[in-house]
Amino acid sequence: MFLERRLLDEAQVERLLLATAVGCGLGVAFATVIQAWAIARVVALALAKTLTGSSARQPFAIFAAATIVRALLAWGRTAAASVASQRLKDRLRQRLATHIAELGPLALGGEQTGELAGTLSEGIERLDAYVSTYLPQLALAAGIPIGIVILVAFRDLLSAAVLLVTIPVIPMFMVLIGGAASAKSRRQWTELARLGAHFLEAIQGLTTLKIFGRIHDEIGKIATTSEQFREATMGVLRIAFLSALTLELVATISTAVVAVQVGLRLLYGKLMFEPAFFVLLLAPEVYGPLRALGAAFHPGTQGVAAAERIFELLEAEAPHLEHAPTVPPPPELHIRFEDVGFSYPQHRGERAAALDGITLEIVPGTTLALAGPTGAGKSTIAALLLRFAVPGHGRITVDGVPLEEIELGAWRRTCAWVPQRPFLFAGSIADNVRLARPDAGMAAVERAVAAAGLEPVVMRLPAGLETQLGEGGAGLSGGELQRLALARAFLAEAPCLVLDEPAAHLDPRLEADLGAVMSRLLDGRTALVIAHRLQTLRTAGRIAIVEAGRIVETGTHEELLRSGGVYARMVAAE
Amino acid sequence: MRELRALLRLAKPLLPGIVLAVFLGTATVSAGVGLMAAAAWLIATASFHPPLGDLQMAIVAVRFFGVSRGAFRYAERVVTHSMTFRVLARLRVWFFERLAPLVPARTGGLYSGDLLARAVGDIESLEGFFVRVLAPPLTALVAGTALVIFFAFYGRAPALIEAGVFLAAGAGIPLAALALARRDGPLITGARAALGRASIELVQGLPDLVAAGRTRDAVTRAVGAGRRLTGALRRRAVRDGALEAAAGTLAQLGILAIFLAVLPAIRSGRLSGVGLAVIVLAALAGFEAIEPLPSAAASFREQRSAMARLLEITGANPAVTDPPIPLTIPAPWPADLPAIVMEHLRFTYPGAPAPALDGIDLDIAPGSAVAIVGASGAGKTTIIELLLRFWEGWEGRLELAGQDIRRYAADGVRAAFAVVSQRTHLFTATIRNNLLLARPGAANAELWHALEAAGLSDDVHAMPGGLETWIGEQGLALSGGQRQRLAIARAVLRDAPILLLDEPTTHLDTVTERQVLGALERIAAGRTTIMLTHRLTAMERYDTIVVLDRGRIAERGTHAELLAAHGLYRQMWDIAHREFTPA
Ligand SMILES: Nc1ncnc2c1ncn2[C@@H]1O[C@H](COP(=O)(O)OP(=O)(O)O)[C@@H](O)[C@H]1O
Ligand SMILES: Nc1ncnc2c1ncn2[C@@H]1O[C@H](COP(=O)(O)OP(=O)(O)O)[C@@H](O)[C@H]1O
Ligand SMILES: [Mg+2]
Repeated sequence: MFLERRLLDEAQVERLLLATAVGCGLGVAFATVIQAWAIARVVALALAKTLTGSSARQPFAIFAAATIVRALLAWGRTAAASVASQRLKDRLRQRLATHIAELGPLALGGEQTGELAGTLSEGIERLDAYVSTYLPQLALAAGIPIGIVILVAFRDLLSAAVLLVTIPVIPMFMVLIGGAASAKSRRQWTELARLGAHFLEAIQGLTTLKIFGRIHDEIGKIATTSEQFREATMGVLRIAFLSALTLELVATISTAVVAVQVGLRLLYGKLMFEPAFFVLLLAPEVYGPLRALGAAFHPGTQGVAAAERIFELLEAEAPHLEHAPTVPPPPELHIRFEDVGFSYPQHRGERAAALDGITLEIVPGTTLALAGPTGAGKSTIAALLLRFAVPGHGRITVDGVPLEEIELGAWRRTCAWVPQRPFLFAGSIADNVRLARPDAGMAAVERAVAAAGLEPVVMRLPAGLETQLGEGGAGLSGGELQRLALARAFLAEAPCLVLDEPAAHLDPRLEADLGAVMSRLLDGRTALVIAHRLQTLRTAGRIAIVEAGRIVETGTHEELLRSGGVYARMVAAE
Repeated sequence: MRELRALLRLAKPLLPGIVLAVFLGTATVSAGVGLMAAAAWLIATASFHPPLGDLQMAIVAVRFFGVSRGAFRYAERVVTHSMTFRVLARLRVWFFERLAPLVPARTGGLYSGDLLARAVGDIESLEGFFVRVLAPPLTALVAGTALVIFFAFYGRAPALIEAGVFLAAGAGIPLAALALARRDGPLITGARAALGRASIELVQGLPDLVAAGRTRDAVTRAVGAGRRLTGALRRRAVRDGALEAAAGTLAQLGILAIFLAVLPAIRSGRLSGVGLAVIVLAALAGFEAIEPLPSAAASFREQRSAMARLLEITGANPAVTDPPIPLTIPAPWPADLPAIVMEHLRFTYPGAPAPALDGIDLDIAPGSAVAIVGASGAGKTTIIELLLRFWEGWEGRLELAGQDIRRYAADGVRAAFAVVSQRTHLFTATIRNNLLLARPGAANAELWHALEAAGLSDDVHAMPGGLETWIGEQGLALSGGQRQRLAIARAVLRDAPILLLDEPTTHLDTVTERQVLGALERIAAGRTTIMLTHRLTAMERYDTIVVLDRGRIAERGTHAELLAAHGLYRQMWDIAHREFTPA
């Protein structure tokens, strides 16, 4: 059957509300039975020609009361179930958002951010049908048929027996339906999804298709793929519908059998009209909940698929960034990497470690520049100092204190990060500059903006510092973004900096003073710089060359040139 | 109701299918009604102990309806689903046909990727319109009418009451649902968008947030946006639940009303007890026809906004129109005419404050190699987009083979160019299929020859599947350099006289860049080549270098001339060579 254990554990928390929903559902079924009783009563009176205003008063009143109760309970069921679903979704989203933040940027991997954001928003919403409809319906489908058969048994044993015989069909029905979710048919569905994805691709590649003059061919292809998709899907569905057909046939045939069987016994005087009619009214109700379950099944499976991804994320282990007892950041900021190794949890390549045996030293107040080819591990070294993750091997110390024992929040204020491309958050430019110091006053923001050379840009914008950025707002060009990142760092006034130097542009106006701004920012600070410009390397206190996760050379520009190693060869090649 | 009209227009060719679906739906409901009515008649009549023969007909009817209902339901499901996929196919073709002339000019902008992905989702949500939204009310109408006529045999009052129930529960309640939805539809859409944005900020902005110690605020924002959405959805679900309960209640009250209305008729003997039994059970079973209507209304309100979004995209006017009698580009290319002429070419993107190109003068001779260099945003790509006829509305002169570019059909113009750009789209398919795009029906030898020219044949030989290797989602199974060389192989197959290269090495490291440039050099021989770049690598090989600065030509000349001139090019060159890109 289709139960996701961890999702059920979550639903447990809402058991009161879900039990209320199930209770209301049972109440609806019971009210339906009462209504059937009243209808049978009235019709029996009519047949006996004793239906008058007074004899009808009692069944009419009962029918009306049952109708009102039934409506209220039906509504109560929806209300309780949707509140349960709302609470569960809110709680899971809170946990998932918090957990994503705790996992940190490294655990998430580069490309799947879109999928991850989708899981946090739409993925969690997809649990709705499972929680608010499928789960309560599952309980009702198990309970109501048996309950009604028992009630029928009180009035007519033989009819109850007929209905009871069909009850084993219920698990059979479940198995059939469950079969639709089996591994095999899931594979079929993935195959279908691939056919279905063709269209999205055609749209994304539309410009390319246009350049190649292939639009007309593509329209034909979309039509044929869609047709193939239809045929393949219908092949799967025809089988899947058989389970519904089985249920439908069992329901109507057993109703028919009950009707004929009861009719014949009436004919021979072995049964009274009223119980016979009552049983006939109830027979279809035995199968109603199962039919509803079948309808809730498909949206339910989507919820289970979403839940699998959500719990997979929630179960990923977050790094332990802080070890109590903690101390405030030491004053000197003498940073050492001692034999540091690190591997990404979901590393794709065959190489096990991204970093191996890294030993480094950053003397207070000076800059250490890292250089090396793409993928060497420079960003990973920076990430460890920023405490996005903890080393798998060795340790990082500040004035001899292991990094993990330094208060995390205080470290974030001590060590600022300047990325190549800062992320723009929806909000004003001022808010974006204030990222690391949300309480900074306007005057301080203006100073930082001026220091980063962002002022001319801000002056050009319609609302100055209050111009809204992000979706629907103004965008910034690459060079402007870099200045924004620098402005953030100026405002943060952190004594330690990790700077991912922007790659060079060809715009001389832009280039001219970015270098000057950067050296002003680095001046007097303890800094780790991922360098892309020869100029930066020349002026850095020390240089470390990283290759394939190891430090291959360290020294000043002159020392490295003199030693005639890797660095000297690189510079010569320029 | 523009959306509804557009949907119905799309539905027209599917009319027979819809009629069949409605017929089968009505048949299913009628079989249900028939089963219960015949069973009621059977039991009620049997209570008078008639001879068995009097019941034979009813027994047969009960059995017949019992079996046929399941069969009808099955057939209805198969037909409606099959229809759904037909609709999907039509919607896709319809949308693609309308979108094609609009790309990229009318769908540009920062979020175009999202926009198109959302459109694909919208189309999927529309697939259910005809069978889940359009068919049920028609079924209810037909089945309801039949039921009312059936009731009319038993008296006017039951028929009127049943008609009232169908109107109130089948039309009134869904319409109420639609009216209420007008208010909260935008609310929910807005909340959904806000949640999506907050989630993206948290996930993609995470490095910035973590480093600044501000994750808590972003988590709070995302969770808050989520709460607003779940709250709005809950309110809607509770309200829909109330409406659904009300529909059921109306049907049941209808039964009570029938009881009350027929009391005098029963007493006077105008209506028999048997008749009453039949009416009541038929009314109960007939509710099946209106049951899906409230949820159909709920789907419709979502589909209406999906359709509105699609119409917003497809309603745009195409950026370019072909001339009534287009010229054809002469083949072979006339050697005496300049390949491309631009004179005082000016272009401003719609809505942009300043022109992206501001007076470009440039003659490109057939067979020459021209480099256009400039910082990002200088206007390089704009030149290419104008050449490919993605935009109209430029001023000045833009000629291809001696004729105004607007005198050719857009497809004809594009056939003159082979394009390799920084982000050439590769399709999730095999290497062969990606190559065939450029020359359908090409023989294996031609494909290998193109791969050879692009410097990719050794790589493909080494792959287990050879030409049949599946290159993953948009080519992600290949390395960056392999992807670009595959794009180059495609350009080779294209065999067009002019090669347009838009920063083909931007995302590559230095070593790979050299490989790709080498491949380009091989295929450029004998073709007119226009290279756009902001990386100043191997500039000596161009006949002319044009330096573009904010939409104007700042300098032009050969590499040696420009270096000697000590102008903008020289400054760029110095910056590029202060850059340190260790390989
Ligand atoms: N989030 C990640 N998940 C898995 N592997 C990663 C991740 N980020 C980087 N890597 C891998 O770790 C290695 C070092 O990468 P990185 O530190 O980014 O190098 P650099 O900054 O020198 O270019 C590379 O092999 C890279 O593929
Ligand atoms: N679709 C568009 N709509 C509006 N403005 C655009 C569009 N595409 C580019 N621009 C603007 O036109 C200018 C030139 O852009 P582009 O030709 O892409 O430069 P390059 O290719 O040299 O980087 C830039 O200011 C850019 O922002
Ligand atoms: Mg460009």
